[in-house]
Amino acid sequence: MRIPCPLCGSRDIREFDYMGHAQALDRPEPEAGAQAWDDYVHNRDNPAGPTRDLWFHGLGCGAWLVVDRDTVSHEITAAALARDVKGGAA
Amino acid sequence: MAELVAKSPCAGLLPISEGGVTVSEVDPGPITAIAPFRGKEKTLNTALTRAHGLGWPAPGQSDAAGDARIQWFGHSHALLMGVAPKASLANHAALTDQGDAWAVVRIDGKGARDVLARLTPLDLRPAAFPVGATARSELQHMQAAITRVGRDAFQVMVFRSMAQTLVHDLQVALRAVAARG
Repeated sequence: MRIPCPLCGSRDIREFDYMGHAQALDRPEPEAGAQAWDDYVHNRDNPAGPTRDLWFHGLGCGAWLVVDRDTVSHEITAAALARDVKGGAA
Repeated sequence: MAELVAKSPCAGLLPISEGGVTVSEVDPGPITAIAPFRGKEKTLNTALTRAHGLGWPAPGQSDAAGDARIQWFGHSHALLMGVAPKASLANHAALTDQGDAWAVVRIDGKGARDVLARLTPLDLRPAAFPVGATARSELQHMQAAITRVGRDAFQVMVFRSMAQTLVHDLQVALRAVAARG
C-alpha cells in the first residue's frame, strides 16, 4: 500500500503510522454530554467501504494526514494535511 | 577547566569504499532548523533571501548560495547549513541550533543508487529524484534525510546517535552491491 502524502508524494506504507479514525478531529464541547463523549472516545464504525483515517508520516515529513480509503478495494481516494482539514493554520 | 576535543559523529568509522562506491563523512558546518511562525512564511522567505540569498525551499527541494545551503526538512521545517543564521530570521521563524546533532555522510560512485535502494523505499531514479532533490524517508528503520548532490552522489543524514548503525548498514549494502558486480 502507498499513501500519496501532499508534501512528499507517493510513499511506501512503512513510512506511516496509523493513528485511528479521523473522528478524533471532531472533539465535542466539554458539556456536550456523556453520549457525545462516549462516541468520541470509544465508538467507531467498522465500514466495509469508504472510511477516513488519520495517518502520521513519522518516517517522512512528520505531518499528520487525513486519508480517505476503501476498506474493501484498498483504494486510497484522497490524502490531505490534517492541519488544512482542521483549519489549524490560523 | 576540562579541555574538550571536538569529535565528528563518524570519527574512526569513515571513509569506507567497496566496488567503486565510497562513503565519506561530511562536515556540514553550522546546522540550524528553521520553522516559520504561523502566517510568517512569506516574510520569512523575504528575510531568508535578503540574509543568505536563499528562498524558503519547496517540499523536496534544496538550494545553495556560496557556503549557505538550505534543505527542506519536513512539514513547515527546513535546515540552514554551512552558515550561522542572521539574527533577522528570528522575527519570522523559530531557530534551533542542531549543529553536531546529525551524522552527515556522502555516498559517491556509480552504484550509489543501488546501495541506497537496499536501504530505503524512496524512488531514486533521476527522473523522480534529480540533483538537488531531498526527501525525509526511512533508511533501515532510521529517520533519514536523503539529498541527491550529484548524478551519482547522495548526502545522507541521520541522528548523530545512529552514526555507527548508519555506517554498518551502509557497509553491508556496499558489500552486497559490490558482490553482484
